[in-house]
Amino acid sequence: MKLDNTDKQLINLYQRNLPVCERPFQEMAQQLDIPESEVIDRLQSLQNHQVISRVGPVFEHHRAGASILAAVAAPTEQLDLVAARINRAPGVNHNYAREHTYNLWFVMTAPDEDTLDERLDELEHQLRLPMLRLPMVRQYHIDLGFDIDWEALA
Amino acid sequence: MNTSIDYLAVVPDVAGRGAISAWGLLRLRQHLEKGLPLTARPYQTLAEQTGLTEREVITAVDQWQAQGLIKRMGLVVKHRTLGYTANAMVVWDIPDAWVGSAAEAISSAPFVTLCYQRPRQLPDWRYNLFCMIHGVDRQRVLAQLESLVASAHLKKFPHSVLFSTKAYRQCGGRYVSHD
Repeated sequence: MKLDNTDKQLINLYQRNLPVCERPFQEMAQQLDIPESEVIDRLQSLQNHQVISRVGPVFEHHRAGASILAAVAAPTEQLDLVAARINRAPGVNHNYAREHTYNLWFVMTAPDEDTLDERLDELEHQLRLPMLRLPMVRQYHIDLGFDIDWEALA
Repeated sequence: MNTSIDYLAVVPDVAGRGAISAWGLLRLRQHLEKGLPLTARPYQTLAEQTGLTEREVITAVDQWQAQGLIKRMGLVVKHRTLGYTANAMVVWDIPDAWVGSAAEAISSAPFVTLCYQRPRQLPDWRYNLFCMIHGVDRQRVLAQLESLVASAHLKKFPHSVLFSTKAYRQCGGRYVSHD
């Protein structure tokens, strides 16, 4: 999808501070000097083209249940297979291959710590691979979106 | 479903109407995780989906934001689609006494998107501070990292750069959905 300046402005202005009121898209429309329906259409189109995954809240995970970063060292030739098995486990919402001996990194979530531990134990048992469990100790920087470097992308 | 999750304790009192239904809030939370409906009155749409009123939905969102349960309200950009193809998790081994000040310095870099302290798992894993850098390409990310190491005086601390090579799954956390 080719983004025009209005799309870029929407992204620049509204990764945070989306108005919370009866007609939020109208308020955004006034800011951008376009009709409200165009804001909605553009957001829908950005969403359809996977430029944005959604419009709306990013929840603070650590205050809404349990989550953990975990990693396994999978044999390289079995990377896809192991990744698929991890994806089948309940509560996995991020799963990346990374360049390291520990080559699969995933985030698992659960309603509470006990359930999380049980799910990890079960997965570790299934995979029969050494697993690193790295719960968060402290968060120093929260995700507030970041300024897109449009020039670097052009 | 676990009803002890603390957002359920957040039952704002709307002027004169008493507390909001806890079940309504649970449903609201489930719907909000999927994003705001793209209708002219999204909070009214959510109200219809959850059995709350539009005013109650707006009040709940305001309060969750004020309490930090909602970190931000806005467009959730998929950086990969935009062309941010390099994603590096940089892990550091920082002496415990210095981890706070190192983390502050790392967090202040504009290209760092997350910074967490996590436990070491010796002898397998020596690193205790994790940050994420999203970049347009590898060279640019490595250059950004180099400038960070210099400006934040991190040269003496061992670190490792784990570029991602494939995303098998990437989606927002869902805690109250039925899995």
